[in-house]
This record gives sequence, C-alpha cells and structure tokens, in this order.
Amino acid sequence: MCATCGCDQPGMIKITNVRDALFPQLHHHGHTHNHNDEHQHNPKRTQVDLEQDILQKNNLLAERNRGYFEAKEITAFNLVSSPGSGKTALLECTLRDLGQELNFYVIEGDQQTTNDADRIAKYNTPVIQINTGKGCHLDATMVKDALSELKPKEHSVVFIENIGNLVCPSMFDLGEQKRIVIISVTEGEDKPLKYPDMFAGSQLCIINKIDLLPYLKFDLPKLIEYAKRINPQLEFIELSCSSGEGLEQWYTWLKRQLATTEIVS
Amino acid sequence: MHELSIVMSIVEAAEEQARKHDAKAVECIDLEIGNLSGVDEHALEFAWEVGVKNTLLEKAHYNINKIKGWAQCSNCDCEFEIKEIFDPCPLCGEHLINILRGKEMKIQSITLLN
Repeated sequence: MCATCGCDQPGMIKITNVRDALFPQLHHHGHTHNHNDEHQHNPKRTQVDLEQDILQKNNLLAERNRGYFEAKEITAFNLVSSPGSGKTALLECTLRDLGQELNFYVIEGDQQTTNDADRIAKYNTPVIQINTGKGCHLDATMVKDALSELKPKEHSVVFIENIGNLVCPSMFDLGEQKRIVIISVTEGEDKPLKYPDMFAGSQLCIINKIDLLPYLKFDLPKLIEYAKRINPQLEFIELSCSSGEGLEQWYTWLKRQLATTEIVS
Repeated sequence: MHELSIVMSIVEAAEEQARKHDAKAVECIDLEIGNLSGVDEHALEFAWEVGVKNTLLEKAHYNINKIKGWAQCSNCDCEFEIKEIFDPCPLCGEHLINILRGKEMKIQSITLLN
C-alpha cells in the first residue's frame, strides 16, 4: 500500500524512501553553470498577491455540478471507501431492489478496468466508467465530463462511486449533495481515527458485511464512537449486502434524501 | 497522492498569472497550508519535483506558511489549538467543535520573472 495516500500502489513507498537518490537536485550542491546560453541576470520581478484557494478550480466546477443537479432536481451521492468495502455491491443491491421505482445513473471511478461498470450495466442502468490511470481520486472535472456523456434525466439519482481510497477523495468536492463513507467490519474499528478526513466530510456511514460479525473480533460500538469523535453529526446504517440485513434502512434513508431535495428545490 | 493534483492546480494558477503578466518564469510561490488540511509536506515536495517539469515553474521554489489548527467548542465556547480533527475540547471533553483555522490551502502570492 502506498504510504502517502493508502492507495494500492506499492511503488509509492519505494519512491518516497529513495527520494533523495532519485532527486538529488532537491539539495543544493553549490554547482556552477556555464554561460554559453544567453540569459538575463537581473530580470524584472513582479509579485502577484493572489490569496486564492489551491483547489479553487475544482471547487468552482463542483459548484457548477451542484447547480446542474439542483436545476434538474437530481440527487447525487459520492460513495467513498477503501477498496473492497462493498461500494459496488451496495449499488447492485440498490439497483436490483429499487430499479423499478427510481431512475438511477451511475458514474464508476477506478484506476483501471470497466469491471465495476460492467456489473452495474447488467441492471440496465446507464453507467459511465472513469479510469483515472494513476490518479487516486475523482475530481469535479471528471464528473462534469461524465455527466455530459451520461445525461441524467430530471428527478433521477446519480451515484458516483469514487476510487477505493480513504485519503485523497476526501479533499475533492464533486458537487454531490451527500457523501457516503462505507466501511466493512473486516477492516478494523480504528479506521475513522486513521483516516479522519473522510469521516469528517461524510454525512452517512454505512457499515457493511455485518453478517461476518460472529466470525470477527470487530468492536462495532467502538467504531461508531471513534467516528462520532470526528463527526458528531454522522449517521450510521449497519447492513450486509450478502444477507440483505439492514438494506431496508438504507433504502429508507435514500428515499428521505430525495424528498428533502424536492422540498429544497 | 493527492499532492500531485495540488501541485498541478498550483502550476495551472501560476501559469495563468504568468501569461497575464507576460512573465518568462515563476520564481517563487508563497503557500498557506493549514495543519488540518490533509496535505503531507513530504509528499508535496516529491509531487512538486514531478509536477513542475516542463512548466514555467520548473525552477521555482515554494515557501509554506503553516497555519495552526484552531477550534471552538460548541458546548462551552472555549477556543483551543487542535492537532487532529478528532481532538476533544480540553475544557469539557465535547467533540462537537467548529474548526476555525487550520484547513487552509491557499496560494498567497506568486513572484514572476519578466
């Protein structure tokens, strides 16, 4: 796992450790350079006071996406988790059980493959796969581009499944109304403390794979306590995509969000 | 490695300013980074080397003005320094707090070479 962001790129740890060897120019070596090339030694300097948010462009595009959703009365959710927590499985259950009732659209984010989008497409749901290559998160531009392909209809629900990574996606607003963090009980109850930003920025925490609890030493109340330390307003739903337990509670929550959106708009 | 995206955003903003001012290169960037912003300085240093290649920032350096985390307790109004976002209020132990400072991620100023 990458030491920087927790993504599945083993090479990152290696690069960080050998940084000095790879980039000796990081240190000043007191070298000289020849003067064959013509360059000005006393160029004019201009200082520009910018006071601009580094992610301003992303934030503006996220607001644009949010405006698009609001204008079309679309409810958009950003699903975030570690790889393998069950984001796609949760979507499959939701499309299977509510597909007749609600109009769903899905944007799938993965570094490689269309495996997840293929799984979603089986439910006759329009789906766009974003492959980020080496990128470890989706950003508002990618979502904007995906939306222009997807063309979701009014009053629909758009699920954006982010890259499996509990660090980087937390920093990038996509324009969603609600961010949902999914954690499975096989992961360890201290994840909220290890990756606090993701829990701080989410409104709902889904605890998945609870059918496995009898076989694990997983302290569920402790997980909730840790997560509430970071985000006292966070809501929790415990469920299992395999056994179906708790799914009704998720569906109720989901429908409640749609009603809220309609009242607001 | 979201720091690479951060560097690329800095490069984009700085090059836009350089074009606006007809500058040949960017000499220096002053950044304001909060301790709770989620930016890892070592990762930023590494990403910088990669991200500025073949740009007007290739020879630029950056300074980081670090902002300490600062929060206010919603229960007792006590203001305190916060090192992690899950730190409780030191006075009453409440976790319901408002972060006042420390999430900053800003470009303060850019020095251009004409």
